[in-house]
This record gives sequence, C-alpha cells and structure tokens, in this order.
Amino acid sequence: MDKIHNNKAWLLVLPVFALVAFSAIVPLMTVVNYSVQDIFGPNNRYFVGTEWFSQLLRDPLLHNSLLRQFGFSFSVLAIEIPLGIVIALSMPRRGLGVPTCLILLSLPLLIPWNVVGTIWQIIGRGDIGLYGWALNEVGIDYNYAANPTDAWITVLIMDVWHWTSLVALLCYSGLRAIPDVYYQAARIDRASHWAVFRYIQLPKLKNVLLIAVMLRFMDSFMIYTEPFVLTGGGPGTSTTFLSQTLTKMAVGQFDIGRAAAFSLIYFLIILLVTWLFYTAMTHTDDKA
Amino acid sequence: MSLTLENIDRTVRGERHIADASLSLASGSFNVLLGHTLSGKTTLMRLMAGLDSPNSGRVLLNGQVMTDVPVRKRNVSMVYQQFINYPTLSVFDNIASPLRLAKLAKPEIVRRVEETASMLRIEHLLGRYPQELSGGQQQRTAMARALVKDADLVLFDEPLVNLDYKLREELRLEMRKLFRTRNTVAVYATTEPAEALALGDTTTLLHEGRILQSGPSDAVFHRPETLEAASLFGEPPINLMEVEVRGSELLIGSTAFPLPRQLESLDDAPYRLGMRPSHLGLAPVGDDDLEFRMAVGVAEISGSETFLHVNNDVHELVLHLGGIHDFAVDSEIRVYAPCHKLFVFDADGDLMHAPSQPFSRA
Repeated sequence: MDKIHNNKAWLLVLPVFALVAFSAIVPLMTVVNYSVQDIFGPNNRYFVGTEWFSQLLRDPLLHNSLLRQFGFSFSVLAIEIPLGIVIALSMPRRGLGVPTCLILLSLPLLIPWNVVGTIWQIIGRGDIGLYGWALNEVGIDYNYAANPTDAWITVLIMDVWHWTSLVALLCYSGLRAIPDVYYQAARIDRASHWAVFRYIQLPKLKNVLLIAVMLRFMDSFMIYTEPFVLTGGGPGTSTTFLSQTLTKMAVGQFDIGRAAAFSLIYFLIILLVTWLFYTAMTHTDDKA
Repeated sequence: MSLTLENIDRTVRGERHIADASLSLASGSFNVLLGHTLSGKTTLMRLMAGLDSPNSGRVLLNGQVMTDVPVRKRNVSMVYQQFINYPTLSVFDNIASPLRLAKLAKPEIVRRVEETASMLRIEHLLGRYPQELSGGQQQRTAMARALVKDADLVLFDEPLVNLDYKLREELRLEMRKLFRTRNTVAVYATTEPAEALALGDTTTLLHEGRILQSGPSDAVFHRPETLEAASLFGEPPINLMEVEVRGSELLIGSTAFPLPRQLESLDDAPYRLGMRPSHLGLAPVGDDDLEFRMAVGVAEISGSETFLHVNNDVHELVLHLGGIHDFAVDSEIRVYAPCHKLFVFDADGDLMHAPSQPFSRA
C-alpha cells in the first residue's frame, strides 16, 4: 500500500502537547529531577542517584504510614461500597422522595474538606460536642485526641459520612438504568429478592461499582485535609497517613529531594493499586 | 388449561387503559392479540399474568378465580420484546433457573433443560453466556426459559420485533410447532396482521383499550364486524370509500355504477365501501368490476411486491400488487375493484356485507 505521509499533522498536536507539557510533564519531571538530588539551598545541591529511593524503601516511617494508609483505604471501601449499595437499593424509585433523598445525599459532598474536619472535630469533643459528650454520658470512654482507636474510628466515620453519598448516588443511577421488564421477568420467575439482587442488580451495577471503587480508593489513599484538621495525625502517629508524612517531610523538614522521591513512590503505588483493581474487576467480565 | 377474562377494567391515574374486556381462550390454543402501539396489548397481558390487578372484573384460570392471586403464586411465563436473560448465568443456568426455583431434582432439571434447548436448537450453546450470543440466540434462550417450566399460561409480548426478518420467519414457524402439542394457553401480542394470520388459532383485535373482535383468525379476517376491525386487520389497511345506494345504482362521488348483484339486498342509504389493497387490480377480473380513473402517487417497491398509492379528486387508494412495477408519477391509470370482493359497512361502521367466499390473504 502506498501511503501519503504528511507530517504537517504533527503541527495540530502541538498545542495539546504544549498544554500537557506545562500542566503535567514539566511538574512531574521537576519532581523526578529533585528526587535524584540532595538539596540544601538554591545553589547548594548534590546529585545522589537512587539513594533517596533505596533509603525510603527501607524506612520504617514510610512502611508504617503505608500500612496505616492501606488499612484506612480498605476499611473505607469495605464500609462505603456495601453501605452505598444498601442506601441506593432502599431509595424510592418515584415520587417526592426521589428529589428529597438526592438532595440529602448530595449535601455532605458539597461541604469543603477542612469544614468536614472541623465539624467532626467539634462534634466529637467530650465537653461541647454532641457525639463525644453523648458517648461519655452513656458511659463509653471516648476521646479521639488521646485514644488511637477512638481517633481511627472517628476518622473512618468522618470519611464514611462524607463520601458514602457518592457511592450511593452512583449506584442509584445504575439501578435506575435497569429496565423494568427485568424485575417483571424475575417476578414471573418467582425469584427471591436476594436472587434479583444477585443475578440482576449486581451484574448491572458492575460498571458503576468499578468507578465507585476506583474513585473511593484513589481519594481515600490521598486523604489529607480531614485527618489533618481533626487529629493532626495523632495521637502520636496513629492517624498520620501517607500524604501527611509527605507534607511533613517536604514543608516541615524542607527535605525536598527525599520528599520528591517519596512523591514518586506514592504516585506509583496509587497507579499500581488502581490498575490492579481495574484489571481484577474487568477481568471477571470475560467469564460472565 | 383455559383462561377467561370477565369485564376487565383497568384505570391508571384517571386514564382508562383497558375497558370492559371479556375474552375466553381455550387450552392448547395459540392466541394472537393484534393492535397498534399503545392499544393496551401489554397492559392486557400484565393483567393476564397477574403483574397488575384489574380495577374491576375477574380473571379465571381453569374456571378458578385468580383475579387477586399475585404473579409469584401463579404458573405463568413471559417473553418480552427485549431479550431478558440473567447476564451472569450461562445459557444452561438461565434455562434451568425457573426449575431450580421450583426445587426440581437435578437429573430432572438437566433432562428438561436439554430437551427444551434442543427444541429451540440452542443445545450447543448451553455453556455460553447471554452476551456471547446473537440476538436470535438470546431470544431463543429467553423463550426456552419461558417454555421449560410448563406454565399454564405463556405470554409473548412482541418477542420478534427486535429480530431481523429472516430470523423472525424462522422463529415464527418454530413457535407454531412448539405449541401444537402443549396443554397451555399461549398469548402472542403483535402489531402485524400478517403475524396474526400466520400464527394465531384465534385473533383478538384490540383498539384503544377495547376488544373489537375475537375469534378464529380466518373468521375475524374474512368477516370483520366493524370498520375499525377491518382497518386494523390488514396491512396496508383496507381502502374505504363513501358511497350511496340509490335504487339500482351505486353512487361513488359523481359517478353512478350499476348496483352489483351481490349488494342488491342493501337498502337505499349511504354506506362505506371497503376494498382490501390486495384485491384491487390494474386489469378487470370480471365484466362488472368497478372502474376508477386515478393518478399515480407513489409506488413503494419492497422485494417482490409493490404498494401503489393512487388518488383522484375524492379518493385515495392503495394497491398491493405482486411483482415489481414501475409507474411514472401523475400518470393516468385505471384501477379495478372486483364486485365479489367488496366489504360494505353502514354509517355506524357495522359490517353489512362481506365477500362470500374465502379469498387470498392480504
């Protein structure tokens, strides 16, 4: 086959390339550049190669906060995904209840992150907070500022409160997309409610669930503001997640080279886990 | 098994979807519900199945009142216009699902699934999943699921609409065979008159929520009791002309024809004359054919037939001609209507005269 080669087409790609370069490639490459240097000041830097990376990978600080991070993200998924599905299933399908539910569910999503943190910081306080006070009144010793377990639970509940709506709304839209005849057919088949869920609703929800799982994983894995406002990472380091460890390193200790290497590892972890989720969830498609 | 509807009414939010429907369907029969879109076919089927309850009237199955028995407690099955199968279950499991819910023994399930699958010629696909099948195979799977459980009542809601022409013909023939030996009541909704004639032992004409006429398909087709029934049961619909009988003359527009002898019993009055498109021709069949001078409008050619639209000052007619014909638009043409093929309706639309002998299908 004779093809006419016309390289002018590349010119059309140039604007996009320039845009992507400035918004993504240049910043990312700057980080890559920093990550191989030890930086003391603007004119005082040394090339250190992969030293930061090998040091970080053996660093217990990183290990611990990575473990905490995974623990947090998986807890978030384990609670929010099923809860979101249950909420979506129990929402009304028609009538005035629909807009009411939709508005109520969207409310937490509209609140800025640091406000969410502040809300829970206040509401969880034992002296003036409604929840904290009530818990202490009924005899449960609750103090998120001193007890690591309480801090953990509070951060988790806060995230569930903030983000379950997103999963519920996604699932609700997925459920609404199932034609009524499927339910009719199931009724005629005398299928149980569980069978309807297992064999009609869940398979039809698969695609939105995939999006929900990925969004919630990525978001929770990068969580920063809420725990920072609520607990400041404490007590001790019990709620210090990856992003906060990173911020301390970069801004607190001004350890730019090390922080840059950390960011790259962080970024690759998110990429890898998201890819794993995606392949795992779309792979089952081949069988079904 | 037999199904009887007695004076069924169904009103949804002030709108009457089914009005005073009475119908009796015999065991082992294949019954076609013919009506336009929104005529109430699906609503009537939902009432038959028990998915909805009528506002008044009774549904009887085998003489037993079933009106308020919910669908989960009845033994019905239904096939839809959309191909409805469980997406994560294999074809085998899909077909087996009603039997498993009925808690049948495993060997019995395997035997019946295989039997039904081979009847619908999908036995080689049992291991596959619905989305790996073509539309026709998916619908066969859905049909197998409906047939496998030996339901008292099997409902088909336009099941062939989403299939291509050839598959439709094929499945139509098969369905007829499948139900010959069964002791169930089959109801099949369609918008196509040809399907009613090809499939139905009986045909029920449904128009705007009312049953116009019901009976053996041929009888309903040959003797439509009303003008509406005649228009509904025929594609293209029957041609109509305002006429008047005066003494021994038949007045059509400004032309006076001698009154055909078949119509001699009619009193002097205005009538409406019905002529099926397939009965009109471009050459006279007998000496007394009614002759009209018309101008050619459009000629739709579909495969081996031509639908010719012609008109003059007062009338528009459609002719259904065999073979392919080419006509110049606006050219002058003579159309002949044989007198022994005429339908006559009175001013109220009731049938006054129908051709006496059976004729070819429209």
